[in-house]
Amino acid sequence: MDKGKVVVLPCSGIGKAYGEIGRQAVYELVEDLRPEEATTTCLARLVIDDPEAKALVNDNIVITMDGCTQDCARKCVESTGKKVDSSLRVIEAFKDNRGLKPEGILELGEPGFKLVHNLAQRLSEEVDCLVRKEK
Amino acid sequence: MLEIVKPIKVGIIPCNGEEICEGTLTRFASRKVLDKLRPDSTVTICLPLFIAGEKGERNFAKTFPTITVDGCNKRCSQISTEKLSGRPRFSIVVSDVLKEHGVAPPESRRTLGSKDQPAVDCVADEIAGRVDEILKSG
Repeated sequence: MDKGKVVVLPCSGIGKAYGEIGRQAVYELVEDLRPEEATTTCLARLVIDDPEAKALVNDNIVITMDGCTQDCARKCVESTGKKVDSSLRVIEAFKDNRGLKPEGILELGEPGFKLVHNLAQRLSEEVDCLVRKEK
Repeated sequence: MLEIVKPIKVGIIPCNGEEICEGTLTRFASRKVLDKLRPDSTVTICLPLFIAGEKGERNFAKTFPTITVDGCNKRCSQISTEKLSGRPRFSIVVSDVLKEHGVAPPESRRTLGSKDQPAVDCVADEIAGRVDEILKSG
């Protein structure tokens, strides 16, 4: 288990591209930008009260990345009793970058991936800030 | 008197597991069914909406006959759907389907390439077959 890391959870919504953009931004963060500092787990494991996933979330700093205003990822984390340390929404980033329209729901294309990179960068800044605060 | 019969839609609920390649596969296979194989007879819902959503969303599995699609044997989608919405008509586990058909799972959880297409097709065909069974039985 990745104890001591910032846990970043995307909603991975399946109905719109926002869910895939958030998911890809989290992968970029945990695999490329901050592999030593950040990790992720399956959000659905929290829905089934999986003890290992719950412990990971409860013992660490948590950031949620939701696609839309339903805030599914944040609400799922908070349903375990843990308050998230930070929560971001893809739709807000999209409002600031309306030109970056994804091509499809899972096939984001170049504009969609530009938004992914922006969000991943934003996430890495958030990780750095929360880690600094924790020290 | 004419009886108006509502067309039946089947709900597909993938687990979307972020940790594993098979979780990514649940997304691609489900979207293939929703967009290409059975676009007129399928709908979907984001799994965490069972917690975050309202009564309408929680009633999803009571409104539609459902198929859950899980990446692994933890069966998060099946268990959540049973617990929070209603019993799914069929439950598919991607790792089992791939093993049964001798198809290799994807190597990356992040992105699927052309060499992963057989795995996507295999799981999508399994889901579409179950959709047809539900539609046939009503």
